[in-house]
Formats: sequence, structure tokens, C-alpha cells
Amino acid sequence: MIPGTSLFVKALKEEGVTTLFGYPGGYAIDIFDELYKQDDIEVILPRHEQALIHAADGYARSTGKTGVCLVTSGPGATNLVTGIATANYDSVPLVCFTGQVPTHLIGNDAFQEVDIIGITRSICKYGVTVRNREDLGRIIKEAFYIARTGKPGPVVVDLPKDVMLALGSTAYPKEVNIRSYKPNLKVHSGQLKKALDMLKSAKEPIFLAGGGVTIARANKEFTELAELTKVPVITTIMGRGAIPTNHPLFIGNIGMHGSYAANQAVSECDLLFSIGTRFNDRITGMLVEFAPKAKIIHIDIDSAAISKNVVVDVPIVADAKQAVEQMLKDAASCNTEVWLSRIQNWKQEHPLSMAANKGITPQKIIEKINTLFPKAIVVTDVGQHQMWTTQYLKMDEGKQLLTSGGLGTMGYGFPAAMGASIGNPNTPVICISGDGGFQMNIQEMATAVGQELPLILCVFNNSVLGMVRQWQTLFYDKRYASTCLRSRKSCSKTCKKPGENCPPYSPDFLKLAESYGAYGIRIEREEDIEASFLYALENKKAPTILEFMIDSEEIVLPMVQGGKPLSNMILEC
Amino acid sequence: MKKRWVSLFVENDIGVLAKISGLFSGKSYNLESLTVGTTEDKSISRMTIGLVSDDITFEQIKKQLNRLVEVIKVLDFTNTPTHMKEILFIKVKSCTKEEKTELFQIACVFKASVTDYGLDSVLLECVQTETKNDDLIRLLTGQFKQLEIVRGGSVAIESISMTDR
Ligand SMILES: Cc1ncc(C[n+]2csc(CCOP(=O)(O)OP(=O)(O)O)c2C)c(N)n1
Repeated sequence: MIPGTSLFVKALKEEGVTTLFGYPGGYAIDIFDELYKQDDIEVILPRHEQALIHAADGYARSTGKTGVCLVTSGPGATNLVTGIATANYDSVPLVCFTGQVPTHLIGNDAFQEVDIIGITRSICKYGVTVRNREDLGRIIKEAFYIARTGKPGPVVVDLPKDVMLALGSTAYPKEVNIRSYKPNLKVHSGQLKKALDMLKSAKEPIFLAGGGVTIARANKEFTELAELTKVPVITTIMGRGAIPTNHPLFIGNIGMHGSYAANQAVSECDLLFSIGTRFNDRITGMLVEFAPKAKIIHIDIDSAAISKNVVVDVPIVADAKQAVEQMLKDAASCNTEVWLSRIQNWKQEHPLSMAANKGITPQKIIEKINTLFPKAIVVTDVGQHQMWTTQYLKMDEGKQLLTSGGLGTMGYGFPAAMGASIGNPNTPVICISGDGGFQMNIQEMATAVGQELPLILCVFNNSVLGMVRQWQTLFYDKRYASTCLRSRKSCSKTCKKPGENCPPYSPDFLKLAESYGAYGIRIEREEDIEASFLYALENKKAPTILEFMIDSEEIVLPMVQGGKPLSNMILEC
Repeated sequence: MKKRWVSLFVENDIGVLAKISGLFSGKSYNLESLTVGTTEDKSISRMTIGLVSDDITFEQIKKQLNRLVEVIKVLDFTNTPTHMKEILFIKVKSCTKEEKTELFQIACVFKASVTDYGLDSVLLECVQTETKNDDLIRLLTGQFKQLEIVRGGSVAIESISMTDR
């Protein structure tokens, strides 16, 4: 007979957990006490539970393992909510353990009691309160299984204090059998054959690769498939890297800030062969005008993703990797020469690029990353800098891009980069964030310093909430409501641009770095971009903030206004 | 838009009903009726769900239900022969004598039973299909002023023969 806390630790070990992101409190203290006695599970203490779960998320995305969170009840648990929703949208396997008041107090509005299972019901893959000590082992086993299989996602396991203290069996199950959950990975070969036949007879086909390809770690196989069939490839933001971005068959990203050639190709193609994408509205633009000439094939592990937004002609429910592997056996080369040259023309007519005459541009910074870092994990926050990164970052086998695609969570970047660095101590980890998003979890400087993480934290400082401001510029007649980060009470409401007469920016990111025991430099000239990265690389045991001063007028282009057809792109302004 | 019926087998656990109904509200699906009870296996509950939707949304609803971890099986009863019943109580108040007599006749025709009776009121109990109950309600609201209505939502099971509904 052992207490629940001991079984908990045993379970983690059996699941191969070596790192856990935790924040203690009264209803989790016993579990932490048990973990204290262990040497082979490292417990990381971030400074805010929201950052904690983003860190676990970054750890999971970058390592392919399941991320583990352990927090206390009530406020500890509710602070996880944003991170659970973020992981859910991007299919990240997480197991979130939340402390809970003793079972006899549940429902009594006890101190620090919340119904976290109720709160997270619609944003996690599965959630359960362990009510009996004897169920503990089985439930943990199931939680890990559910989180990582099928379409991966976050699972919440709520652990009442008395259950964790109760004595019970030492057994941790070896196998899982959940009658209501049997993820299907196998490919329906008849459907796949139909799809390949359509591909063969198409004249202007394209592949659309979504996050499902990268989650299934099928990038290599997918690239082979594209090469074998000679079919050009478009990616979603989450699918970026499914094929190396310098590959001749790669066209660009699709969607609101996709490339001209990619959006044009979708609008003109006669067959859209999509794998692992939800076709969300940022991708499709106006639905009725989406891929208007195309027959659509869709492979997805989640049957509910198929024909949800875009009605498809051939649905295939399968794991991306298995499907691609099977296609590699049967696929044949298509005659796409004419089509490829048309696409090439679009690329040349409207290449992705920013005006070169100005000083520091986001493009120049990201291109430096491309040349200086053949191998790196790049993590973004959310906003304009994220879109620029997904446009200009070169992706091949050495690169990984982590970004909050589905929920678009500001505050994600820095802590996720921290998690990625903890999981990949030998890989450079670069975070690209805006000055707005960086401040949403800025307290993690303490964690990153404490963990001695050599993070390169690029802050694109444009003094504004750039992405929202961009919308105000383009569609709200420059009424810059609540998007200036330099504004003070005394500022004029109708101010159009932060400039020389503005109050000083706060915080001073360099002093901030210093106060945490980290490094920081401000970069104001194009010539200094490279040196700043080299400087950051020297700081092997602490993070470096690189504050890049960006013009607040920079705009992400091309842009398709929400709800407009993809063919209706704003190319300049 | 069309009326649909779904029969759902789910784990009989705390929170599962909330999860199913939450799916409908969270995704803005229109849910008309939902009944739930245990089956011959106490660990499994069976739900009967009635809703109105178009074909595409309905496909999506079935898939969304199917992907919930706690859902064991989703059966589409829309075009299946089933036995389906809903319980309906109607209390008719402030009736005259003639009206009460009339109510007995109506009950007879609708195969409803008069289960309670007072000086000026009558309680009808009708276990019929939802549409039949709709008919009864329509008839009574046309004729009587003071009604109190409570209905229970439908339960359904596949027919053994291919005819009954
Ligand atoms: C938590 C959260 N709140 C609000 C938003 C809405 N939002 C999207 S982008 C953006 C501006 C981001 O500004 P900044 O971090 O400075 O990056 P920039 O766009 O300037 O690169 C905002 C407010 C969001 N995505 N997430």
C-alpha cells in the first residue's frame, strides 16, 4: 500500500517523464513533497502558471514528448486555461495535473476550489477528477494515452488532496483499453487510390500541407511525395516546413498573409490535395470563393475536420504519415510543367519582400537568422512579427518553428521558447516577439535566468500593438484606439504616430534584462543586426534580449481582408 | 432544415451530460430535446437527442459527438424505423362541465389518459411521439384558455420489425 502521491510519481516515471513544469500550493504540496524526494524528474518552477503551461507546450512541440504540468487548485488551475486552449487548437499533447480540495469539500465553495473540469470542458481533449484512490493509476495511464494518440491534445486530471494522500495499490497499469476511445490511424486504401487517380488526371494540382504533417513528423516523406509526383506545395502557417522552403516545388503560405503566388495558385488550381489542415477562416478567406475550380481531397486524423468548413470530394481519415507513406508506394509523376511555370511567373510578379530602403526591417532580421542559424528552434509570439517570421524564415531539416496558430495567443512565445530550450539544451532557441506580447509573460526572465537558458529573445519593438494597429491603418481610417504602448494619460487621443516627442518607452528592456541578471542590447542600425546575434551567442548561460527598433508604420503584406476571397489581395499601401 | 434524431451511447460518468449539451451550446447547434438514462449496463447511458439542422451541419454534429472521448457510439435515427415516445402532461384549468366532457373524448381519440380530475380541471397524460403530442397541444390550445404543459423529451429504440415508428 502506498499513498496516491507515490503512485503519481511512479506513473510519471513509467510514462518516461523527466521534466515537469510545476507551481505549488496547498492542494498540490504533497505531490511536490513526493517529487522532492526524486532525482530523476526535474521540476521547473516558472513564475506564472500561464507561462508554465506555454513552457510545457513548447517543450512538447519541440521534443515530440508529452508536456506535463502540475499546479495547485483554484487560481493555479484557472491560470492554465489560456494554455490549455492554445494547446488544444494546435494539437499539442499535454497532461495537466491540477490540485483539488478534498473530495468531501468539492461543491462547498471551499477555499481555492474551482470546477476546473467544468471550466475546461470545451477546450481540452479530455478532463477528469479522480474521485477514488483505486482509479488513480488507470486514470493517469489513460490521460497520457489520450493526450498523445489520435489527434493529440491537452488532458486535465484533477487530483483531490485526500485521494493523493490515501493509501492504495502500487500497481500502475501497463495497457490501456478505453471502449469509447479507439483512434483510427489506418488508411482506407480504396479512398487513397481514388485520390491518387484524381491526382494523376489533374492538370493543375497542388498539395496543401497543414500542421498535421509536421505533428505526424512526416516532413521527409511528404517532401519525397511532392518530388515523386512533381506537384507544387503550399503550406499553412502550422504546416510551414513540411517541405523545405527553398525547395523548387514550394510556393509559399496560404491565407490572410500568404504569398501572392500561393493564394493565386489555390484560386486557380483544379485539384487541391490537402493533408492535416482544419481549413480555418484565416486560410480560406471567403468560403464560396475558396479554390473555386478545384476538386478537393482531404486527409485528416480528425474526421470532424473533414468537410467542416470546406466541403471535400474525397475524404480520408488517417494519420498523415501513414497516408503519405502508403502514397509513396503507389503515386506517379504528374505532368505539371506548364502549371509550375505559371506559378513561377506569379512568384516573380509579386515576390515576398519589404521595401529595402528603410533601416532595420523585420525581413532583414529574419534573413540574418536564416544565414546565421542553420539549426535552430524559432518560437514566435503573436502579431505582425509572427506573420513576418512565417513569411521569411527559411525552414529545412535543421529548423523548427513553434507558433500559436489556432488560438493566436499573445504571451505564448517567450515561455514556449523556454520550454523548447529546456527540452533541447544543445539547440539554439530564438524567440521572436513583439513588445506587446513579450510583456505578457515578461516575468519569465527570472525563470530563464534561473535555468541558465541561453535564449535569444528578439523583441521587435515598434512601440505599438502592431497587428491591431495595422487593421486600424487599413480599415479604421487610422483611428489608433488603444494600440500605442507609449501613450500616457496626457497624450492626445488623435495622435497618429509615436515619435520623438513621445514620453520614454517603458519598460527599458535593457535595464530590465540587467535587473534579472540577463543580457540586453538595443539595435537601431541595420549594420548591427549580425553583431547582435553573435553577441547573444556568446552568452551561453543566460538569456539575451535583442531589442530591435522597428518602424511602427511597418505593415504585413500581402493581406487578404478577413472574409474576402483569397484572390483579392492587398499587395501594397 | 429537417428534424433529426440521434441515439447516443456514452460513459455513465459525472460531467458527460454537461459535455454533450455544452458541445451543442458552444458550437451554436440547435438542440431541441435531450433525454438520458442508464441502459442494461449501468456504466453506459443512452441519450436520445432531437434537433433541427441542415445536412452539412448534421454531419458535423455527428462527427463532433463521435470525437468526444466519452462517447461510445452515435446512431443516426433520422431515417431508421424506431419506436419513439415522449411523455406529455397537460393540465386544463377553469373548464366548464361541457369542456370536461369534451376533454374525455379528446383523450380517447388521442390515446391519452385522464390521470387526475378536479372541480374545474383535468390532467391528461399522453405518451406518444413528439409530433402526435404536438398535435394534441395544438388542438387544446385552440380550444381552452388555461393550460399548463410539461413534456419530457423523447426516448427512442430501433424497431424490431421494419414498420413501426
Ligand atoms: C492574449 C491576446 N490578447 C489580444 C490579442 C489580440 N492581438 C493580436 S496581435 C496583437 C498585437 C500584438 O502586438 P505586439 O506584441 O507588439 O506585436 P506586433 O504585432 O507589434 O508585432 C493583439 C493585441 C491576442 N492575439 N492575444
